[in-house]
Amino acid sequence: MNGFGDAFAAAFALIVGFDADLVEIVGLSLRVTLSATLFACLLGFPLGAVLAVGRFRGRGALTVFVNALMGLPPVVVGLIVYMMLSRTGPFGTLGLLYTPTAMIIAQTILVTPIVAALARQTVADLDAEYYETLHSMGARAGARMRTLLWDGRFALMTAALAGMGRALAEVGAVMIVGGNIDHVTRVMTTAIALETSRGELALALGLGIVLMALSLALNALVMGARLSGARLAHA
Amino acid sequence: MASFYSKDGYPMRLLLLLALVALALPAYADGDAGADGGFIVVQSTTSTRNSGLYDAILPQFTETTGIQIRVVAVGTGQALRNARNCDGDVLLVHATAAEEEFVEDGYGLSRTDLMYNDFVLVGPSDDPARVADTTSINAALSAIADSRAPFASRGDDSGTHKKERSLWAGAEVDPSGDSGTWYRETGSGMGATLNIASGMNAYTLTDRATWIAFANKGDLRILAEGDEDLFNQYGIIAINPVRCPAVKATPAQTFIDWLLSDGGQSAIAAYRRDGQQLFFPNAKPE
Amino acid sequence: MLRLVTSSAAPDSTIRLERISLRRGGRDVLDGLDLSIPRHGITAIMGPNGAGKSLALRVMANLVRPDTGAVIHGLTDPQDIALVFQKPVLLRRTVRANLRHALAIYGVPRRERRERLGELLDFGRLAAIADSPARALSGGEQQRVAMVRALAARPRLLLLDEPTASLDPQATAAIEALIRGAAHSGATVVLVTHDRGQATRLADHIRFLHKGMLAEAAPADQFFLAPKSPEAQAYFDGKLLL
Repeated sequence: MNGFGDAFAAAFALIVGFDADLVEIVGLSLRVTLSATLFACLLGFPLGAVLAVGRFRGRGALTVFVNALMGLPPVVVGLIVYMMLSRTGPFGTLGLLYTPTAMIIAQTILVTPIVAALARQTVADLDAEYYETLHSMGARAGARMRTLLWDGRFALMTAALAGMGRALAEVGAVMIVGGNIDHVTRVMTTAIALETSRGELALALGLGIVLMALSLALNALVMGARLSGARLAHA
Repeated sequence: MASFYSKDGYPMRLLLLLALVALALPAYADGDAGADGGFIVVQSTTSTRNSGLYDAILPQFTETTGIQIRVVAVGTGQALRNARNCDGDVLLVHATAAEEEFVEDGYGLSRTDLMYNDFVLVGPSDDPARVADTTSINAALSAIADSRAPFASRGDDSGTHKKERSLWAGAEVDPSGDSGTWYRETGSGMGATLNIASGMNAYTLTDRATWIAFANKGDLRILAEGDEDLFNQYGIIAINPVRCPAVKATPAQTFIDWLLSDGGQSAIAAYRRDGQQLFFPNAKPE
Repeated sequence: MLRLVTSSAAPDSTIRLERISLRRGGRDVLDGLDLSIPRHGITAIMGPNGAGKSLALRVMANLVRPDTGAVIHGLTDPQDIALVFQKPVLLRRTVRANLRHALAIYGVPRRERRERLGELLDFGRLAAIADSPARALSGGEQQRVAMVRALAARPRLLLLDEPTASLDPQATAAIEALIRGAAHSGATVVLVTHDRGQATRLADHIRFLHKGMLAEAAPADQFFLAPKSPEAQAYFDGKLLL
């Protein structure tokens, strides 16, 4: 290994050179991660609200289960999705294995528990404040959940960010279901794994630096939006 | 800004924007889009992919046929299992016995020799086991076992790992009892195993192509090579469309025919790295 | 045992609590409370801290279920009852969105909401701050929004839990004007207050609670002239009630 200087030089060359392959890989990373985060939010926010506000048997057990799912190793999720999407698996006829769609499915499964668990906490905290007001207004459970989710929207962005961070950084699941196929399913993390296995450590680290910069930019964007929005809403 | 907020639309718009960005990003071929001739999936090994061979020869094939090749590079063991699950159209690996079993079990149509290279034993330049003084790979491995010098094994049921175990058997050494002491199973691909060997100055067995292309050699160098037991044969198999109805049999056969043709064989022979030829085509003319 | 009775059998009262008891933290916070709220006018519930005033209000609003006793009223729709708290909890939205949310919760048909929203903004003199984030408003403005939000339900029973306790005189006057307006339009108003002046200004009837029981029920003018119960006398004399 030639040290960090080479890594930064490699990262700099990649970014400044506007390397076409890099642009493609970054684009696919963004597409997969943002799509998975979006679907995870669409599933996780309502699930979190139900766990926070709902009164039904097994709610405690379900909450523990969702919290436990946060610790799922990406490789295990990848394997499960692989077995589902494999030609011999139950959804094999869809022909989704080794496509970005398969990667989005795997990451959605990976991220949804995180988003749901954090959303549950956010909604529960807000419910403590709103409980009497909403009940005295005669709001039903569905309306209460919608109200709490909307009013917790800025805090929920943090949940979305946490989910996005995991999706952006994980390699195990997308490697298995995507196959790391050049120009088709290669994303930042699988490219880093590939360059590492080629012994191109400086290039791998350079890609890592690009990934970190990307993550930083996305976080700054969302937090900026959250802060300015929250300031306006005095949330 | 106030009116922007007042419509209650601010965060909703952000979410919408996120969604649009996600969906508007170039939609890479999920299905048969892309090259005109569609695509096939080749289950193959990390050694061929990491060597850069595919980057060099596949564009020539796609240019003439319009068929796009999607290479999934994993260990030979995993490639065989994926192929048994029908998750591919062509299998290109290097474990002849396992390949023949694959065909006998009805998963492959037929197996054909495609090319070969060889394995080399690499290790630290100070060579604590004095491997460089030996004249055969059997003697080299015995010397390592006797000196209990660290040896990094793939340990992942890959083609290289299968080869390594057969070499230990030839040397009449069973290193599995010493796993965790001097014999270290990485459970990883060739590149990761080379990184580990480089990191702890261990001996390891690698195919020559991966070795030449590997950039993080550190203090490692080739200490034993040339023994005919180190011969590394690659075979190619079309996956059986009877067993796997989703297989794209026609383009798969087109690809195999091309690789076995003079054009494909000379493309393999022409691929060089650092001036060295990495793979030697040896398809038998029909 | 608790009986929840819905009937219009009591023509002169909107809601009646009968022998309501409730234990909280090992103590009887409501101890056989009998309370009847006259249909017309404003009833002020007074009494020292810990007398059970706020809890009695929550029992009326069905927010708290008593251990025993009966709540008797003729109000079938949950929206017939509205509650305003000492500290308003407004949603993290604009004033307009807060009211629109309330109208939606109250089941006002979509096509009527715009008109109703305009009426409510006018009624609460909120038009100028309609597009401000509700939580950025002053305490008085926030309580005005909360009052208007409660009235958006067109409740038959309006329950107010010390709505001006933390407001300055000007904001208090604005809230009191809204309370009078609500009573004027026919709602039964129940007001928990510590402010004798406010009770004098607004109340038609007084219910004085002490230790979870009713100590005195009287018309307001009569009560303030000469409270009959020793508890009320002591309270207004500034004595500590034990």
